[in-house]
Amino acid sequence: MTASNPTLNPAGGASAPPAGVRPARRRSSSRAAETRRKWYEIIGLTTPAVIVYVMFVLVPMGFAVYYSLFRWRGVGPPTEFVGLDNYVLAFQDPIFLDALRNNAIIVVGSLLIQGPIALGIALLLNRRFRGRTVFRLLVFVPYVLAEVTVGIMWKLILTDGGTVDALLRSLGLGSLVQAWLADLDVVIWTLLIVLTWKYVGFAIILLLAGLSNVPHELTEAAEIDGASWWQIQRHITLPLLGPTIRIWMFLSMIGSLQVFDVIWVTSVPAVRSLGASATMATYMVDNGFFARLWGYGNAVAVILFVISFVAALLFQRFLLRRDIQGAITGRVN
Amino acid sequence: MAANAVLPPPSKRRPVSWGSPLTYALALAVAAVSIAPVVYVIVGGFRTTPQIVADPAGLPDPWVWDNYVRVLTQSDFWGQALNSAVIALGTTLGVVVLGVCAAFVLARYTFRGREALYTFFTLGLLFPAGAAILPLYLMLRDLNLINSYYAVILPQVAFALPLTIVILRPFLAAIPRELEDAAAIDGTGRLGFLWLIVLPLSRPALVTVGILAFVASWNAFLLPLLVLGDVNLHTLPLGVQNFSSQYTSDTAGILAFTSLAMLPALLFFTFAEKQIVGGLQGAVKG
Repeated sequence: MTASNPTLNPAGGASAPPAGVRPARRRSSSRAAETRRKWYEIIGLTTPAVIVYVMFVLVPMGFAVYYSLFRWRGVGPPTEFVGLDNYVLAFQDPIFLDALRNNAIIVVGSLLIQGPIALGIALLLNRRFRGRTVFRLLVFVPYVLAEVTVGIMWKLILTDGGTVDALLRSLGLGSLVQAWLADLDVVIWTLLIVLTWKYVGFAIILLLAGLSNVPHELTEAAEIDGASWWQIQRHITLPLLGPTIRIWMFLSMIGSLQVFDVIWVTSVPAVRSLGASATMATYMVDNGFFARLWGYGNAVAVILFVISFVAALLFQRFLLRRDIQGAITGRVN
Repeated sequence: MAANAVLPPPSKRRPVSWGSPLTYALALAVAAVSIAPVVYVIVGGFRTTPQIVADPAGLPDPWVWDNYVRVLTQSDFWGQALNSAVIALGTTLGVVVLGVCAAFVLARYTFRGREALYTFFTLGLLFPAGAAILPLYLMLRDLNLINSYYAVILPQVAFALPLTIVILRPFLAAIPRELEDAAAIDGTGRLGFLWLIVLPLSRPALVTVGILAFVASWNAFLLPLLVLGDVNLHTLPLGVQNFSSQYTSDTAGILAFTSLAMLPALLFFTFAEKQIVGGLQGAVKG
């Protein structure tokens, strides 16, 4: 997410008490009191947020690193130190490697499929026409639904001999019918389509927000100069939309790396346990929580975290530097 | 057009015209793909399971209300909806209160370490909630918070804080300095300024942040799945999932339960859509 454009951000100017309003002779003592007061306020207002944030976001990740070094079933304190064995085990498990591959498919597939679709729909819904608001609402529906709802919905629609199969057959496309969620070679692509359906609305929301920031003056000036709608989109709108597109790519990538809910609910456990539809997150929960291999599960958590973190940093380093303006990686000029 | 040049911004209120047939054709196609599965689920809830098995893509014949009545009267739907509501409201309240306090300091105080503190919070954007879920569970277990609303609310607040602060800070910083000075002259301290002026002025941003937190909490699955083992505390997403795996053969019932579970989110979003897109405009600089 972008923070703010520092040149526009007046935060730096909002400080120092309005000295002019106080009598000059009391200034030095009242300034000391004022400074102390200011610090009380700073500490008082930020402490609750800092505590909750540190305790529930940062501390658990630290513990994950610690637990990941043990073979531990979650009962009593961990004692059986195994070093990096859990990590080695993970990378030797073909199921985990399948999960990694599936995450890669989802990351790349989401970007390549959702991006163009969302851009097209956003440009379409950015045109002024009667009924636009209704269309916008309808397009956002999948994004608003709970992942679980979406998962169960598609599971029912995609069952063998279900609605999708019936529709394909009635269209004379019966040869396309697959065991959508059971065929080990097909299931991940089915899931990719479901994920696309679910999340393309998010890309559209962001792009529409970005589009509404494109100054009317520019497009109107181009219109007056005789530019066609396509030329305007190509040469004015798209370049100005760059930052929004990059932010969406970033969020989509991070989301795809840790995708869990839709996969968990839509795919059958048996197919998941064979790796065909597993992702890093489902693999982690299956092994850590349900199989009670806590040390191992935490190692997977750390791997998932490191991959997301490195991907995020690389992305920021090379693509987001101008957009985020140091919000995350520190000072970037 | 040249005559318009002297008039105030001509673009603002251009009459909305009808689009071309192609525009409507495309928009209709997109809308159909978006909502067809949803309509299918809602309509399917009015059929019987034998009907569905015989003809998966058909319409109800006759329409039966029995599935919906059954879900509303015999299942745990209401209890789960209540749990979801309590948790989502608690999360929203926590996020907004903690977020606005921290963002206010980061936006309107000058002090050593301010940018460091901001970076510290934004770092949280890189911490995927999914990755932390196992140690989070262990910690909540050690704190004896498992099977309580807090086990869901506190982590959700914590993970929503970074984004909240990133959205709120520029908004709070943009409030004119003159207002703060005027408040100071009237004898109002900075806290009074926060309460009396900043909060009312930043309501749009607060609503956006609140809606995002509410919807995320309402839809959350993984965290409740792990920390709410007690069936009486189950939220709607857990309920839907349980119902569908418990009554696998009752397709019509599952469709009805799923429809009812998605209704609140749909209604909520219909009312709040403008607000969300509007609020994101500040965050997404074009």
